[in-house]
Amino acid sequence: MSERVAVRKTYKLFIGGKFPRSESGRSYLVQDSNVSLASRKDARDAVVAARAAVKGWAGATAYNRGQILYRVAEMLEGRREQFVALGVPADEVDAAIDRWVWYAGWADKLAQVYGGANPVAGPYFNLSAPEPTGVVAVVAPEAPALLGLVSVIAPAIVTGNTVVVAASPAAPLAAVTLAEVLATSDLPGGVVNILTGKITETAPTLAAHMDVNAVDLTGVTDAELAVELEVKAAENLKRVLRPAPADHDWRSDPGLARMTTLLETKTVWHPKGV
Amino acid sequence: MTATATSARSDLSELGRSETALRTFLHGLPGVDQVGAEQRAAQLGTRSIKTTAKAEAIDLAIRMVDLTTLEGADTPDKVRALAAKALRPDPADPSCPHVGAVCVYPAMVPHVAEVLAGSGVHLASVATAFPSGQAPLEIKLADVRAAVAAGADEIDMVINRGAFLAGRYSEVHDEIVATKEACGDAHLKVILETGELATYDNVRRASWLAMLAGGDFIKTSTGKVPVAATLPVTLVMLEAVRDFRAATGRQVGVKPAGGIKNTKDAIKYLVMVNETVGADWLDPDWFRFGASSLLNDLLMQRTKLTTGVYAGPDYFTLD
Amino acid sequence: MFEYAPAPESRSVVDIRPSYGLFVDGTFVDPSDGGSFKSVNPASEEVLAEIAEAGGEDVDRAVRAARTAYEKVWGPMPGRDRAKYLFRIARIVQERSRELAVLESLDNGKPIRESRDVDLPLVAAHFFYYAGWADKLEHAGFGANPRPLGVAAQVIPWNFPLLMLAWKIAPALAAGNTVVLKPAETTPLTALLFAEICQQADLPAGVVNIVTGAGDTGRALVEHPGVDKVAFTGSTEVGRAIARAVAGTRKKLTLELGGKAANIVFDDAPVDQAVEGIVNGIFFNQGHVCCAGSRLLVQESVADEVLESLKRRMARLRVGDPLDKNTDVGAINSAEQLARIRELSEVGAAEGAQRWSPPCELPDRGFWFAPTIFTGVTQAHRIAREEIFGPVLSVLTFRTPAEAVEKANNTPYGLSAGIWTDKGSRILWTADRLRAGVVWANTFNKFDPTSPFGGYKESGYGREGGRHGLEGYLNV
Repeated sequence: MSERVAVRKTYKLFIGGKFPRSESGRSYLVQDSNVSLASRKDARDAVVAARAAVKGWAGATAYNRGQILYRVAEMLEGRREQFVALGVPADEVDAAIDRWVWYAGWADKLAQVYGGANPVAGPYFNLSAPEPTGVVAVVAPEAPALLGLVSVIAPAIVTGNTVVVAASPAAPLAAVTLAEVLATSDLPGGVVNILTGKITETAPTLAAHMDVNAVDLTGVTDAELAVELEVKAAENLKRVLRPAPADHDWRSDPGLARMTTLLETKTVWHPKGV
Repeated sequence: MTATATSARSDLSELGRSETALRTFLHGLPGVDQVGAEQRAAQLGTRSIKTTAKAEAIDLAIRMVDLTTLEGADTPDKVRALAAKALRPDPADPSCPHVGAVCVYPAMVPHVAEVLAGSGVHLASVATAFPSGQAPLEIKLADVRAAVAAGADEIDMVINRGAFLAGRYSEVHDEIVATKEACGDAHLKVILETGELATYDNVRRASWLAMLAGGDFIKTSTGKVPVAATLPVTLVMLEAVRDFRAATGRQVGVKPAGGIKNTKDAIKYLVMVNETVGADWLDPDWFRFGASSLLNDLLMQRTKLTTGVYAGPDYFTLD
Repeated sequence: MFEYAPAPESRSVVDIRPSYGLFVDGTFVDPSDGGSFKSVNPASEEVLAEIAEAGGEDVDRAVRAARTAYEKVWGPMPGRDRAKYLFRIARIVQERSRELAVLESLDNGKPIRESRDVDLPLVAAHFFYYAGWADKLEHAGFGANPRPLGVAAQVIPWNFPLLMLAWKIAPALAAGNTVVLKPAETTPLTALLFAEICQQADLPAGVVNIVTGAGDTGRALVEHPGVDKVAFTGSTEVGRAIARAVAGTRKKLTLELGGKAANIVFDDAPVDQAVEGIVNGIFFNQGHVCCAGSRLLVQESVADEVLESLKRRMARLRVGDPLDKNTDVGAINSAEQLARIRELSEVGAAEGAQRWSPPCELPDRGFWFAPTIFTGVTQAHRIAREEIFGPVLSVLTFRTPAEAVEKANNTPYGLSAGIWTDKGSRILWTADRLRAGVVWANTFNKFDPTSPFGGYKESGYGREGGRHGLEGYLNV
């Protein structure tokens, strides 16, 4: 009896809720699989998809976003073994799932913790509340493959941003598998877009793109590239999260800064009178 | 005002015929933001009026005073003395102008009339069962007719706040119309009693209601309730007369009354008139102060400007 | 007509020295290369004083003084003691407020009414507010042990010289940083008087350093490797350059940049207050306000009525001597700024918008520009897109709320916006959709130390004021 021939998976990009190949038709070999090698055009397409998703996602209720993010954690849990099979250590998968759940809960709490009423010296109602900044371009950390990725995506989207993620070139399979999780989790298309390929090819396009509101350079390890990206980001004053130190402990308490750097505070004034 | 406002001109006279039309119109007036209105009034209050401008303002303010006494204890002698003071507020200085009017109860009108006759100082009387207005309409109208017959050429009436606050605008309107008719040639000042109207929106509506019904002046207060004239209330009323003239072509005067005690306050009002409605209202025919103690402070400040020395109350009569 | 006699505030309360050095390490020092520039009164073009121009060496000296003060004195000092110094400064500002207000109006050209009633009270309030935070940082919501960053480089503009200084210095010091601040080259005098106030408060040497100069001085400061934090308020163009300059460094950056705010007037607005708000929005401080309501979006159905009221109100604006207590609109801060306002206004007319100003006599000497509105403006006009930073209002109309929001947001800026309507739910609907950091509903240009201020998009990032204002000066 002959052994069953396995059905192999094609690892593609994740843009606007769909899984297209790179428009360039290129791929690169990693972990014995051909992975799409995203082009600058793919990066631009991803920004368009991310922008289109902002209105619906930012406009959704915080409760709704929290529900959807929790659903993602449920789906992750169900695919636990798949990540392990890709070489992600089991305890990292667990940590990634827990991290996702932690962020999911912030959806309807951050505005209370980070915003509030301001006791101004006058007859005014005065309230500050955080809002998403918009489209965030993210360079995911090279490692840990899943926990690192989750730790940069979840804090960006939980508050209503949409993201274009340049996945770790060395560990794209976990990223594409995460995309499959997201695609089956009620997350609207375009909220998360994932590009596999070379950071040097996609990140400069994203950092320079005038319809991107913020860049998260966490995964940039080349100091010169980091400077180049930050300089490009300055053109439209993108909010910048700088590269993480090489020895960053991804299991430590992430705090609020990853979320708050990608938020805008809006302050509304109104007189109180009869 | 706009073309729409101009074409509305003829329609406005029709409003009084229907409760619904009146309500729709009054509630369609732009709202007044309390904080904004009060800040604007306060800002105007920071104007610094000095030297020649102050001298002009003081003389103008004197000419705008409705020298008032509305006490149960008023006597013929007392009101005659008041009228004499109205004619020559500062006996020591003939260049001092006379006041705008003397304002008394109807019973006192004949005594004042004999003093003021032919002087150019007007004689105002608070008719219509002042200050509560709580009397049957016929009695109020009789009160008006009697005051006019006795020599008053200005009648200060107070609106029915109960009816106004209850939304019975036609009732308030018709009463003003009837009073105006009873006035004959006398000018009608309509007291809104703004201290009881609760909101600036109501002050604006009451102002328009009084003007639509034919009032010649709108006046803030009787002086008999705790809150009398304030700068923001007067600001809202000035905006109303400005907009009313733009809509109808008819100019209506404004009279803040009560609580205006010194020159500094009076000048703040004049600044407000100047910067809200402009020179057309800077005249005793169109702006008056209902006040009693204000005049002496104006006189003291006037003396200070001419002599350079601060005067004292002992040098001015207490009539 | 009621003409107001001149009511000038006395200049005798200020004592301007003929020349000023740099304030470094607690004393006034001469610049190493001896360069200087003049600060002039924009209302008369009279030279007020000769000001030292700090070069690279001077900036280095100031940064080193700030570093030493941070490490030896201010960093280790308990928060409660830092608080007391800030309270002291707040009190001295109040006590010397007349002097500061007159000096501000002389150097900047703004009306004394505004420096006296707006700038100075807010300056004192800012120091009071942040003084109280100095010993409560662990309760500010940034974790259990937030730490200061070190030395803060601060570059401020000329429109609210002392107020911007307060916005920068008060939170920096409260959080435990030391500062090197560069005031704008056209308005250095109140910052230098503030240096004297620091001396009077016995603030330890080196905690506050003031280096005067123009763009080169600012660049040297921002690019100095010894600074840990850069805070800038000014134009978007310079903000961009600073963002590039700090790329790849550890320097934390906050930017408060330009704006082109929409002031939206709906048909049910309280019209008289809206007109006041429009006037305050664009003519306050000669329109030299980053959050100025420079684009009026008025609903078609009330456009004529609002414009007529606005013009009538503008005719009442008193333009002239900044020290006259009755002046509403003062002098344009500099010849350079006046040239820019003129240029953009000419472009506005050339592009087909209708220009209107009330009749107003402008003084012969000094820099002046009459309050101006342009009607018939479209989104495509340069005067609807570029920040003019002067007393020039562009008027556009809209038909539906959605159109108002779309037009309001159709700009790379996002600092502020105004909404005028009597309908509460419309305010909240609109405020939710406006991409702007400060939304004034039925009011405009209100500021408070407790209230976070700052922009979206190209208007910058970070917030000043309130608890949020601490964040830019802590390692969080």
